[in-house]
Amino acid sequence: MLFTVLTGLITSSLLVPFGKLMKTKWSVLLPFIPVILFLFYLWHVPVVANGTNVIQHLAWVPSLGVNFDFRLDGLSLLFALLITGIGTAIFFYGRSYLKGHIYFDRFFAYLLLFMSAMLGVVLSNNILTLFVFWELTSISSFFLIGFNNDSKESRNSALTALSITGLGGFFLLAGLVLAGNIAGTFIISELFAQHDKLVNHSLYPLIIGLVFIGAFTKSAQFPFHFWLPGAMKAPTPVSAYLHSATMVKAGIYLLARFTPILGNTELWNTTLLIVGGFTMVFAAIHALFRTDLKSILAYSTISALGILTFLLGLGTTEAFIAASVFILVHALYKATLFMVTGIIDHETHTRDLTKLGGLRKVLMPVFIAAVLAALSSAGLPSTFGFIGKDLIYEATLHYHHNWAIWLTALAVITNIGLVAAGFMAGIKPFTGKLPQAFEQVHLPYKSMWIPPLILAVLGLVFGIFPGITGDYFNHQTAIAIAGENLEMELKMWHGFNTVFILSLATLATGTIVYFLNKPSEAKLRAIEQFNHISPQYIITKIGAGIKQMSAWYTNVFHNGYLRSYHIKIILFAELLLGYKLWLGGPVRIDYANLTPLSWYEFGIAAILLGAMYLIVTTRSRLTAVVSTSVIGYCICLMFVFYSAPDLAMTQFTIDTLTTVLFVLVLYKLPPFINFTSRGVPIRDAIVALGFGIIISLIALRVLYEPNSTAISDFYGENAYLLAKGKNVVNVILVDFRGMDTMFETVVLSIAALGVYSLIKLRLKSSEKE
Amino acid sequence: MKSAILQTATRYLLPILLLFSFFLLLRGHYYPGGGFVGGLVASIAFVLHSFANGTENTMKILRYKPLSLIPIGLGISAVSVTFPLLFGLPPMTGLWFEEPIPVIGMIGSALFFDLGVYLVVIGVVLTILFTIALND
Repeated sequence: MLFTVLTGLITSSLLVPFGKLMKTKWSVLLPFIPVILFLFYLWHVPVVANGTNVIQHLAWVPSLGVNFDFRLDGLSLLFALLITGIGTAIFFYGRSYLKGHIYFDRFFAYLLLFMSAMLGVVLSNNILTLFVFWELTSISSFFLIGFNNDSKESRNSALTALSITGLGGFFLLAGLVLAGNIAGTFIISELFAQHDKLVNHSLYPLIIGLVFIGAFTKSAQFPFHFWLPGAMKAPTPVSAYLHSATMVKAGIYLLARFTPILGNTELWNTTLLIVGGFTMVFAAIHALFRTDLKSILAYSTISALGILTFLLGLGTTEAFIAASVFILVHALYKATLFMVTGIIDHETHTRDLTKLGGLRKVLMPVFIAAVLAALSSAGLPSTFGFIGKDLIYEATLHYHHNWAIWLTALAVITNIGLVAAGFMAGIKPFTGKLPQAFEQVHLPYKSMWIPPLILAVLGLVFGIFPGITGDYFNHQTAIAIAGENLEMELKMWHGFNTVFILSLATLATGTIVYFLNKPSEAKLRAIEQFNHISPQYIITKIGAGIKQMSAWYTNVFHNGYLRSYHIKIILFAELLLGYKLWLGGPVRIDYANLTPLSWYEFGIAAILLGAMYLIVTTRSRLTAVVSTSVIGYCICLMFVFYSAPDLAMTQFTIDTLTTVLFVLVLYKLPPFINFTSRGVPIRDAIVALGFGIIISLIALRVLYEPNSTAISDFYGENAYLLAKGKNVVNVILVDFRGMDTMFETVVLSIAALGVYSLIKLRLKSSEKE
Repeated sequence: MKSAILQTATRYLLPILLLFSFFLLLRGHYYPGGGFVGGLVASIAFVLHSFANGTENTMKILRYKPLSLIPIGLGISAVSVTFPLLFGLPPMTGLWFEEPIPVIGMIGSALFFDLGVYLVVIGVVLTILFTIALND
């Protein structure tokens, strides 16, 4: 399984050097990556359908409990198949959609990165690894949503999506770490056994609150829903991929994954019911007011996600079965509708419903795909959507609470909205009279209309033979969500009962709503007047406030004057250390334990004082710098006397190089003129004296604090045994704490690049002028 | 700074200092030294040369921009960190040859890690100093 995640990551980075090649006919190879991965997971279907969980373990950072643990159960498999399967369709489709685009290679690099991240999320058996991939989906989707980077709107909506999902990720991390610490394990398959311990813990409400924020931001639940319609600025293949099967479903996956770990409590279920219930009705009604095809699909997606959250909130066996089926139903028809919209946009250059019509005459196969998807979304008997809707109604009707009837009513209202929205997106553009402007419209490449057609037909096939998908995929998915064994059999025909009547009523009312509801600009404006109380408006305001605050903070604390940074840093350290010293009580000096002073120490002290006097009084910068390096060399000598040759060597070389650097810079500065007032040197003297006194006091305090030698003993004993080195300092640097050194070298490199680019960049702009 | 004495001296000092810096790098695991100090000493050698002969001439000796040492160094370190993964061991596991090599001594992944640090330090120091020195 690791290889499936790595394949995307590696090919994605290979597209940087070989991108040019992919713009030629070699790009035909790209779609075969998801194809291979899809076949790999298809091959696992029989194994998982038997109830086996495939587990793979690889140590990554074992000391922190972060490992590459992968686990394939029913839930993961369904998502993995959707990610790679719909991914295949999108890759074929996107290759034609973006043919000739200058950033064609970049697009597929982002898409591959995103696909790997999604696979990582659904396959991880370790919640920390899951989080890493979770964040990676946020970041890669940022690139995808903002793909048209020359448009300001596109950049803004990418930023909104990243801020919302990134913020959610932050909360999620806190929740996951809390849960993992309480349970004592970060392994998902081990967390199942800790359900009772977690649920009865006093921090339980906090944990699920944090996890909810993570899931709701990702899955666009109210009040975080608004990033999703904004994300429609992305190229349509991206919308089709992100909003049918992947990105937004990650939140649903998270909730489903944690249902057997944190779920099955009053608090969990009620919250999900309220948030999911409100979101699904709110978005379904919203969808009817839109005139932009993608906007309609965006709101109907939010509504569908609301339904899934709602179903998980019901928490009954029937609801889990319904959720497991509806995930697949929605992915199939929504991906189709998005791709159809993309074709319409690609061929007619508009997505405005008030302008589109009659396209069936010119885009027949696309029309068939669209109708099949719209009917599946409407839940016409014999489509897969019908079964999905039946299961939802069954779950709400049989809810063990007297709310059952109201919950069913909510579900019916939502579905009526979705029926109408599905028809608006899938049928409206194709019916009626063909405007003259669109008479020249022709079918796009085969690779653009065949993928949606296949997905739409699959919706029909699964609808007629629901047994196949039920036995092979959804059964194990439902078991994984419930965390216990359950019986399930999908049938096309449930008999003539309440559920069936409700289904027909929904379909009929939805169709009536579709015919009565004429999309128009006026309605769009009517709904826009509520904008100032919308969560989007409020959160955007908060965002603007944060921006102002950071501007203020930057102006005060980062004003660009080195001296101001110095004095702030030193003052802060003085306050903090002084407070800590004060807490520890008076400092006693035990003269008996001090080593006697020797004459050369006096000598060094004298040189030090002389150098300091020179620095403070001189009017030449060069003298000051040289005196500073004298102080450095004196300290270096101290290291030598107290037998720390490693430190001495480093101090000596560093001091030499800093002096050289200083001289190089000073050489370019204008001559020294004293601008500062008389008060400034006095202020600086006080701060400097204070710092010196505090450090001396700390040094004295350290002498009689009971110091623990456990760490140095460990290194001393193990340096040769474990790392085969006799120089403990160096062994710590390159072995025990090698990761720190690794990152320090990275930091150094960044600093060098910073200096290099700052100076070179300035040269360039001066050349331009 | 044109000084015949310094120019002549650096002609011999540069290779000696470089050799010394490499010596520091190699002995680091057992005696005072290591990649960081070694890198600094090597940088000082080049800086000294640039003082005597001008930065342009030092750049000529280097042939490649010091900046290019950074990715090479980081790459060597990264490879030595991830190399044990190939043997199914966690990253950063120290791998050593059984027998010492003449002159160099024991060779292990830690030495390559240190070599990476050594190159990065030279790259960083020379990039910063030479960029500033050559900026007019």
